[in-house]
Amino acid sequence: MSNQEFPIWEVFIRSKNGLEHRHVGSLHATDATMAMENARDVYTRREEGVSIWVVESKNITASNPENQGELFEPAKDKAYRHPTFYELPIELKHM
Amino acid sequence: MKIEDLEKKFQDRIDAGEKIEPKDWMPEKYRKTHIRQISQHAHSEIVGMLPEGNWVTRTPTLRRKVGLLAKVQDEAGHGLYLYSAAETLGISRDEMFRQLHTGKAKYSSIFNYPTMTWADIGTIGWLVDGAAIINQVMLTRTSFGPYARAMVRICKEESFHQRQGFEMILTLCNGTAIQKEMAQDALNRWWWPSLMMFGPRDEESPNTEQSVKWKIKRKTNDELRQQFIDITVEQAKVAGLTIPDPDLKWNEERGHHDFGAIDWSEFWRVVKGNGPLNKERLKARNDAWDNGEWVRDAAMAHSEKQAQKEELKKAV
Ligand SMILES: [Fe+2]
Ligand SMILES: [Fe+2]
Repeated sequence: MSNQEFPIWEVFIRSKNGLEHRHVGSLHATDATMAMENARDVYTRREEGVSIWVVESKNITASNPENQGELFEPAKDKAYRHPTFYELPIELKHM
Repeated sequence: MKIEDLEKKFQDRIDAGEKIEPKDWMPEKYRKTHIRQISQHAHSEIVGMLPEGNWVTRTPTLRRKVGLLAKVQDEAGHGLYLYSAAETLGISRDEMFRQLHTGKAKYSSIFNYPTMTWADIGTIGWLVDGAAIINQVMLTRTSFGPYARAMVRICKEESFHQRQGFEMILTLCNGTAIQKEMAQDALNRWWWPSLMMFGPRDEESPNTEQSVKWKIKRKTNDELRQQFIDITVEQAKVAGLTIPDPDLKWNEERGHHDFGAIDWSEFWRVVKGNGPLNKERLKARNDAWDNGEWVRDAAMAHSEKQAQKEELKKAV
């Protein structure tokens, strides 16, 4: 059983309350407990966070860049979803 | 799409300043170059802990000990950030370790020099981290996303490394004559190897052109080296130390310092494995890996047991 590589975990950190968790990198650990401890040591040595999420990488489903077009292009020509699409008189100060 | 079209599209993205992310299409050579460069950078951080680790138990004060420990711990962290960045390109951590341990992968040659006196530790922080910072600041804008992000994180931490080193040197320079002599002796030994950290001269660096085109490097070895020299000359003045190069002088016309010839035969000798400590460094890494095997096995066995216990609990 030696030379078996530890699984990879992705690390997400909330830098302070009020902000979202952000992906900061990854690490190797045998289980969630070790992943949490390693994340603390590797990614928060200078008070970079107040909360940590660790997720085993294999549990993440990622979109494929090859499907970029079909996934994201439909939103491109929908300017009417943005406020600037609608024309209002200049006299109108607040809206 | 044909490979030429893909390559053209890829280059267009780079030219437009776009970042490349791991799952994007990339030329095989771009992937290979990054795997090599990032893993060797990671190895340098890890092997780089050895010369300084040599002095952790012998620091003159507790203040120096906490500083040095924190710095060495940071270098371990830098190695880890970089290994993860390389892994996104499809190489495993174990394979990278294997390449380091068998001597197939290189690390920065500077770490094959010995740390003989306490002044060497200050000098490493000042010059070696100083040179690393110049290179790494450039790399924060490199085209491969995970590498650039690791560099941003690393650069935030590096500036303390250089400052603690320079503070040590200043303390020695403001101490007794013997202490100042120690600082000068360390500078004499580390100056030229530090200049070599930027790699061979541009005309002997055949990969530079492609690296610049792909925005892996944004400045050439010689440009970075010159930048380092210009900055460091001023710092040496503040410390009252003499840089061991009789040809070093300000060139008004160029707006840079001229400097003496670098002994490239020494550089190649150390790169090829015949520096003062190449064998010791490699042995230290191999021993750490081999002696850690039972710990890794135990950790794995423990987690498996915990998982089984959980299963049982659920079944009841
Ligand atoms: Fe570092
Ligand atoms: Fe450093």
